[in-house]
Amino acid sequence: MARITAGLTTSHVPAIGRAIDLAMTDTDYWAPLFAGYEWTTAWAKQTPPDVVILVYNDHASAFSLELIPTFAIGCADEFAIADEGFGRRPVPTVIGHADLACHLAQSLILDEFDMTVVNQMDVDHGLTVPLSLVYGTPAEWPVKVIPLAVNVVQYPPPTGERCFKLGRAIARAVAAYPEDLNVQVWGTGGMSHQLQGPRAGLINQEFDHAFLDDMVSNPDALRAISHLEYLRESGSEGIELVMWLIMRGALGGAVRELHRFYHVPASNTAVGHLVLEPIASDQKELS
Amino acid sequence: MVDNSAFDDIPGTTVFTAQRSHQGFHLNQFCMSLMKAENRERFRADERAYLDEWPMTEAQKQAVLDRDYNAMLANGGNVYFLAKIFATDGISFQDAAASMTGMTVEEYAAMMLAGGRSPEGVRSIREGR
Repeated sequence: MARITAGLTTSHVPAIGRAIDLAMTDTDYWAPLFAGYEWTTAWAKQTPPDVVILVYNDHASAFSLELIPTFAIGCADEFAIADEGFGRRPVPTVIGHADLACHLAQSLILDEFDMTVVNQMDVDHGLTVPLSLVYGTPAEWPVKVIPLAVNVVQYPPPTGERCFKLGRAIARAVAAYPEDLNVQVWGTGGMSHQLQGPRAGLINQEFDHAFLDDMVSNPDALRAISHLEYLRESGSEGIELVMWLIMRGALGGAVRELHRFYHVPASNTAVGHLVLEPIASDQKELS
Repeated sequence: MVDNSAFDDIPGTTVFTAQRSHQGFHLNQFCMSLMKAENRERFRADERAYLDEWPMTEAQKQAVLDRDYNAMLANGGNVYFLAKIFATDGISFQDAAASMTGMTVEEYAAMMLAGGRSPEGVRSIREGR
């Protein structure tokens, strides 16, 4: 049986990818950020999963305004790296796990989550920056990746409650997959940031720290945060924190916090990072 | 009918609703075309001629020519699409964001290094918090 062994959250700021690509990770500006991921890169080498279900948002790369899927799951064998306007990031092609992805798509739709199935899609910094932060600059990514793209570009994104419940459904679907696979779920994006308008640059550290605390021990409080509260408190782009709740829902009840890091700024954004492990005895069915 | 009036109570913020997506469709699709290197070259060679290939409003075209990002937002632009323009210009997301705030690039960078813009006073106009 496939099983979810860990969950991870991280911001996916494009400038972080550029710092890695240009070998600038030890500059005064960037070194403190990358120091916060050292624990994770060591942990990632010790316990590589077979597959990462990587929850992220496309930033007008694969999806234009012609079609705006709320939840899209990548079922291809591989995903090319998008050219976002400055050339493709020099990172390996992302290798998928089509069989598990197709199983998830069918299971989730029959579990009443109307996924958009994607058989061809380029992936942008939203997906590749987390991989770079965790696995560095390998010739090939050491894991297979199932991209799960969430619309947070056009209002409204799915609610936090809906995202949490999708995570629960992912946990059920993974548990029903017969092959013995070690699966991780990553939720990316956030934390507080606003990229547009005269209020750009907003960072709410108090909100972010409370969010990190609740991700560990009180996720029910996060399920209730309204979109208006995200917009006011965490900035117009901070609302992408709803994607973290898919990961948290997938982990279920109690979790063990393995690692936490918070840093301001990376470009316009507050960076938050958690590594969580489900406590096996607490995997009772949640609604 | 959906009521989005609460968004107007958040200062300095444009929420990209379905209505704005409709208003800015061609502006944003033009931005997306800049993901191809050959299109970036054609745009750089003659911006006005390239923009005239798109059924955009004159206000949208002028905002692009002026690199007035707040005017692009007001005319239906979305920042993730507009990012294709400043990527084409070789300008960072941070410097582009700074240009929308009325601050200089240096002032904005210093604010971010000092922890960013505080939410105090910019959550709600009506409630003054």
